[in-house]
Amino acid sequence: MRKSLILLGLLTALANPALAADATQKQLDDLGARIKALEANAQQLRDQAAAALAAAQAAKDELDKMKATQANAAVAAVSAPEQSAAPAGANGNAFNPAIAVIMNGLYAYHSKDPGTFVRAGFPGGTEPIPRGISVGESEVSLAANIDDKFYGQLTLSYADQGDSAHTNIEEAFIDTTTLPAGLTLRAGRFFSDIGYLNSHHAHTDNFVDRPLVYQSLLADQYGDDGVQVHWLAPTDFYLSLGGELFRGQNYPSAGAGHQGVGAKTAFAHLGGDFGDENSWLGGVSVLKFATRNGQDGFSGDETLYVADGTWKWAPQGNTKDGGVTVRSEFMVDRRDGVVDTLSSAAAPPVDPFSLAAPELAEPWAGTRRGMYIEGIYRINRTWDTGYRFDRLWAAGSGPYASTFDPLRHSVMLTWRNSEFSLLRLQYSHDELNPNQTDNALYLQYQVSLGAHGAHKF
Amino acid sequence: MNKILFAFLVVAFAATPAHAFNLFACEPEWGALAQELAGDKITIDVATTALQDTHQIEAKPSLIAKMRRADLVVCSGAELEIGWLPQLIKQAGNPRVGSGPGYFMAATAITTLEKPSQLDRAAGDVHPEGNPHFQMDPNRVLAIAVALDARLVELDGANAATYKSRLADFTTRWQAAIKKWEARAAPLKGKKVIVHHMSWVYLEQWLGFEQVGALEPKPGIPPTSAHLSTLIDIAKNQGVFAILRAAYQDPKPGDWLSERTGVPALTLPFTVGGDDKSKDLFGLFDSTIDKLLGAIK
Repeated sequence: MRKSLILLGLLTALANPALAADATQKQLDDLGARIKALEANAQQLRDQAAAALAAAQAAKDELDKMKATQANAAVAAVSAPEQSAAPAGANGNAFNPAIAVIMNGLYAYHSKDPGTFVRAGFPGGTEPIPRGISVGESEVSLAANIDDKFYGQLTLSYADQGDSAHTNIEEAFIDTTTLPAGLTLRAGRFFSDIGYLNSHHAHTDNFVDRPLVYQSLLADQYGDDGVQVHWLAPTDFYLSLGGELFRGQNYPSAGAGHQGVGAKTAFAHLGGDFGDENSWLGGVSVLKFATRNGQDGFSGDETLYVADGTWKWAPQGNTKDGGVTVRSEFMVDRRDGVVDTLSSAAAPPVDPFSLAAPELAEPWAGTRRGMYIEGIYRINRTWDTGYRFDRLWAAGSGPYASTFDPLRHSVMLTWRNSEFSLLRLQYSHDELNPNQTDNALYLQYQVSLGAHGAHKF
Repeated sequence: MNKILFAFLVVAFAATPAHAFNLFACEPEWGALAQELAGDKITIDVATTALQDTHQIEAKPSLIAKMRRADLVVCSGAELEIGWLPQLIKQAGNPRVGSGPGYFMAATAITTLEKPSQLDRAAGDVHPEGNPHFQMDPNRVLAIAVALDARLVELDGANAATYKSRLADFTTRWQAAIKKWEARAAPLKGKKVIVHHMSWVYLEQWLGFEQVGALEPKPGIPPTSAHLSTLIDIAKNQGVFAILRAAYQDPKPGDWLSERTGVPALTLPFTVGGDDKSKDLFGLFDSTIDKLLGAIK
């Protein structure tokens, strides 16, 4: 191009030398200007292209980022079920029941020998905690949904009885899970829902031992082979009603009367909240049974009435971080039957050389009562402390008659390292009978391993 | 006795409200989300408040009564409620929510962070299914909204059109809000915080700030003074801009560290209702970002 321009210029110059010089210069200037303009234009285009490219890159980045964010969420929605489904197929143990193990150990100091304890008016019930170091009851619990309609739970406990270790099937029951209208049926061996503490496992208690009224009248808690129907009312507040039929083999019943359906219960519980910080639960229950040769020597009909009340207050409703729990239960024990004073723990020592025949069965109809009230102050998540007052009122007449009413004061301090372990120190001043007052000091540890328990209120 | 019982039952039934679709939300954020999606088509019971530690709720009688009437249970899942939700469901005798579609765990709609590779309680109260505090990531909240809306449509078909249109409306507003929050929170990128409990990983990941310490030595184990004193150096030397805690958490350990280091301790709402501004999910994030930005000025 340039060559032809120069050639053209030369030819023009040769043709008209004077004029040609001017014209050529002008043309050359014009051409130069045009070239400059073109070059500037090209630069501008290049700049624009670069800007467009940068903008495109930015848009792409933005898009990638959006995609990544959405992918996070969306992919999660798709892949999460697959991930959770994978182990079930890969592992035959995936359906293993939830396993929870409770262990505890105790050191007990008693000022009097627990082997000699006689609680005035209340011969039956729980054995006192022995002196010294002992491993209390260890418990293994297995629980799972059986299928779409049933839930099952098995609780085994291991405890020393005399010289041998003793395995006890504490609970073995199934629950329905799909009955309509708030109904639940239970069958198997289980703790009755009477009262408050009765259905609660000891490891959820606030004290080392159960209240005296539970120890004496229910041997800590009444559980037996039976069936239960339970109905939760469709109300804004909590209202639950239920009843049970039991074999009637275990204390306070005995002998599985009425052809193996010896005990029946009915109970009602009511509960609710006052605001976010206060919750309450109250109930009335009755346990009726026919006993043959009970642990305390009784044969006949017995009716036990229980009233229970629990109130919890906690700042903002955070009960694990602070607050107060007050609980009380009151029981009335009515009996109508006979007491075998020879085998009964209530019987006076028999003089083997006496000629007078011992009175074998003494008729007795009477009433005994008992109550406890406890207050727990939760200082923070780690510490709580509490006081419990126990009182029993003996019968005024009959073979269990006593003019002395046993009572006990207990104070405790608990340190919790986590939800799964605690150390507890407890002092009890126990007035068993007019001549026997025991001062006891307990140091207990209690731990739970395995499945995270979900406890009742 | 029978008469009294009968009278009682009559009163009990009379007190029962006419049947509506009842949703039981374990945490306020899911109650608020359900409110966005369903409006006045359903009744919502929220089991806890922003001032309660949802790891540590008790299976209260009032909650059992609410569970009894629920058609749908909406909870975080990932074992956050393991100490009380199973007990509520067990005692409520309500087959609609025991399993199946009436049981909605938000964790199943998203991927969780911090899934432990090893399960050992020596490491504290570990959640095998990962960190359950994902309500602080708005993208995950949106994924959960989509899944929850589908569940509402499935269970309450009569109002399907409402649920669908409300989800579309919520999605538009929510995505616009996310853009706004991300733009506002840009100055937080790369900043460092100390936290009370591992409650903030999702917020940290979303906004790009970094956690360099925790007041709890292990998840769920209360702060100890020995552990707190090890954090003083970290707070002073690593340029930590704030100590974060949720509204329900004990302010004392954070305040203690704040006094000794001059790093401000921030109480963030953590869920709907956690402070005056967090009246709904939008307010929750507005307030959270306001408070965080306030600390870097």
